[in-house]
Amino acid sequence: MLRALKCFSILFICSIASPLFAQSGGELHFCLHGEPKTFNPVFVDDEASENLRYLTGGVLIRLNRQTQALEPALATSWAISKDRRTIAFQLRKGVYFSDGTPFTSGDVAYTMKLLLDPSTHSPTGDAFQSGEGKTEVRAAAPEAVSITFPAPIAGLERLFDQVAIMSANSPKKEMAVLGPFYVSDYKAGSSILLRKNPNYWKHDAKGTSLPYVDSIQLDIQRNRDIELVRFRRGELQLINRLDPEQFEKLKQENSSLARTAGTGLDAEELWFNQVPTAPLAPHKKAWFQTTEFRKAISLAINRSDLSRIVYKGFARPAFGPVSPANRFWFNSALIEPKYDPQGALRLLTQAGFHYDNETLKDRTGNRVEFTLVTNSGNPAREKMAAMIQQDLSQIGIKVNIVTLDFPSLIERMTRTFDYEACLLGLVNTDLDPNGVMTVWMSSGENHQWNPNQKTPATPWEAEIDKLMREQASAATEKERKAKFDRVQQIAAEQQPFIYLIDKDVLTAVSPALIGASPVVLNPQAFWNAETLRVQAAQLGAQK
Amino acid sequence: MSTTRVLRAISIGVLCAVLGMALFAGEISHYSYATQFRELPYAAPSSAHLLGTDALGRDLFTRLIYGTRVSLLLAPAAAFLSTLIAGLLGSLAGMIGGWCERVVLAAADLSMALPLLFVLLTLRAVLPMDLSPVISVVATFVLLGALGWPSSLRVVWAASKAMRDSDFLLLARANGCSPWRMILRHVMPNLRPILLAQFWISIPVFVLTEATLSMLGLGVMEPMPSWGNLLRGLEDFSTVGANPWRLAPLVVLILVVICFQLILPMREELA
Repeated sequence: MLRALKCFSILFICSIASPLFAQSGGELHFCLHGEPKTFNPVFVDDEASENLRYLTGGVLIRLNRQTQALEPALATSWAISKDRRTIAFQLRKGVYFSDGTPFTSGDVAYTMKLLLDPSTHSPTGDAFQSGEGKTEVRAAAPEAVSITFPAPIAGLERLFDQVAIMSANSPKKEMAVLGPFYVSDYKAGSSILLRKNPNYWKHDAKGTSLPYVDSIQLDIQRNRDIELVRFRRGELQLINRLDPEQFEKLKQENSSLARTAGTGLDAEELWFNQVPTAPLAPHKKAWFQTTEFRKAISLAINRSDLSRIVYKGFARPAFGPVSPANRFWFNSALIEPKYDPQGALRLLTQAGFHYDNETLKDRTGNRVEFTLVTNSGNPAREKMAAMIQQDLSQIGIKVNIVTLDFPSLIERMTRTFDYEACLLGLVNTDLDPNGVMTVWMSSGENHQWNPNQKTPATPWEAEIDKLMREQASAATEKERKAKFDRVQQIAAEQQPFIYLIDKDVLTAVSPALIGASPVVLNPQAFWNAETLRVQAAQLGAQK
Repeated sequence: MSTTRVLRAISIGVLCAVLGMALFAGEISHYSYATQFRELPYAAPSSAHLLGTDALGRDLFTRLIYGTRVSLLLAPAAAFLSTLIAGLLGSLAGMIGGWCERVVLAAADLSMALPLLFVLLTLRAVLPMDLSPVISVVATFVLLGALGWPSSLRVVWAASKAMRDSDFLLLARANGCSPWRMILRHVMPNLRPILLAQFWISIPVFVLTEATLSMLGLGVMEPMPSWGNLLRGLEDFSTVGANPWRLAPLVVLILVVICFQLILPMREELA
């Protein structure tokens, strides 16, 4: 009797629990926010293509999005020479492309040659351009390959996270992949179907082949509201990125669906135009080139209010160029920015400005007034601009706001330099400071406050140039970190960019999806797509 | 009194009330349209804030009446400008004919073929950056007026062309009347009903175009309110159901557009 009761109990528990058990198979369904421009990993230049490359491409070294550490992938080990010019890989044996073509060092050589060929104009390959001269790729054995660059490259191994190896011999060319999924079907403007790569090399701890799901259905959907409606209906299992309003609403409806990875890497900042040839009034150029003026503006902006009101609290005041989410490179010695309008006025007075009758004037009696430009169609930025306008009015500064369509704004920022101050956001996809060389080097085209300088305009820009060059060729990560910490310190002291807020990473994950754990690095919600499982109940519904 | 007349009387009353509120906005509300009560974003209506507050905690009622002032005063000005251009060019083309007619009609066709929104975007982008919000508002409506004439021109041209061979113009011409004098003294007064109709039709069109531009973030600049940028608050439609008072700008816009349409026939009759 007791035995029968036990059996019945086990059967009962199993019958209740079975829908909750995750199992292999099924389809993962979510949206891309744009049409991928290419399926060729060498030419990837947009987010949709990058996400596809992540899901389909096999790389030699993978940056673990969660730990932010490098892990062996197709290369079981690698070694970098002392002069940091050569990297040698030991490749994994017995690996096949999705079409059955074997993977060898010849494929790595083929991919690298294609990537570094100047006529290819590969955005991924640009990161490897270290100096004048030719890159040599030597495939000494089927499982060994070494690449020698003309000049040292700091953080070299990290760059290989973006290099999806292509087959040199497969008739399917770039459609033969080494990643967890391959492209099975593509309906332009509508959807992409990815299927499980039967030859994927990776297994879980129990020896089960990965990925767990059989396929991924990617719908191309630009409208975020429609995406959210479909997620609510249960048609989608995740949303990779939500805006704060959507996230808050979802959280109110069902807090378990709204998942945040905390502060992300993306920041919003404003800067003043310091280009000497810009068509601005001389007295305005003089203000913008004054450190005290920029620091005073920074002090007078209430970042906490920006975070609380514009981002519903899903953002935090920005310390500087690197978000705390970038665990290794963030300079934790930086002081958190504070809101201090009185301190701002004191700084301005020291710099020769005077505040009288609720108006700030400079030494020569010009009223301090400038135009803040931002891109149109971005409600969050427009709200931030309006709040900055009110904050600065407290210290007698009049701010006019102009919104322009993006091409017009870029034209003014990069060609005519006909603007006074600009409010925009920076999307950081690379943790390494080498990824922002063109921002910090005075000769860089993204050195927005005064780009493409022949020689550094200020001593502090010269120091940043020197530090950035030194960190790029430093022998150890510790040395690099020390140099880049100093760059962050100078940026905080000089405020060429006035960093406002670092935005949180906001995602939505269905309870039917098991194993999802959003992170700050892209792709935030499906970085571990190969180990995601669909709940058995959902699988039943799919069948 | 017929139903139509009652409706027209009500429309005029509503328009006068709305216009009165807009003109005396400073006396009606003691808040500034730009003041942000940051502790009260998206506040519900209360005695302190009759229509609640917007995302930045600004008083919505104050912004609505100031926005009405902007939209309701500048839209007729833009309509006047476009009707004036259409009247002058249309009557000139209709009266003179020949190459003049061809050039004017070609210009009108070209203007109509260009997507107005993109032309406005381009022109707005080349305007100087250091414009104050007031000048920016005026510039937006001047652009609307300066670009909104082609469809009215077609109507005016057709009417003036029909008038070209009329007896009274034949008589004027026989008396040695110059073309400009004929246009100003004889043609224009006879085109008055058409011009008035075009003027009244254009007002809601310009209000809606400004609203569209503001929805794209290219109309009236912050912090100045207009119906257009107030309507941007409705972008997040899912929250409107729970906060129906946020529909107030839309209600006022619809009301004013309907009122303009209802009084339009009366204007024609009067003319």
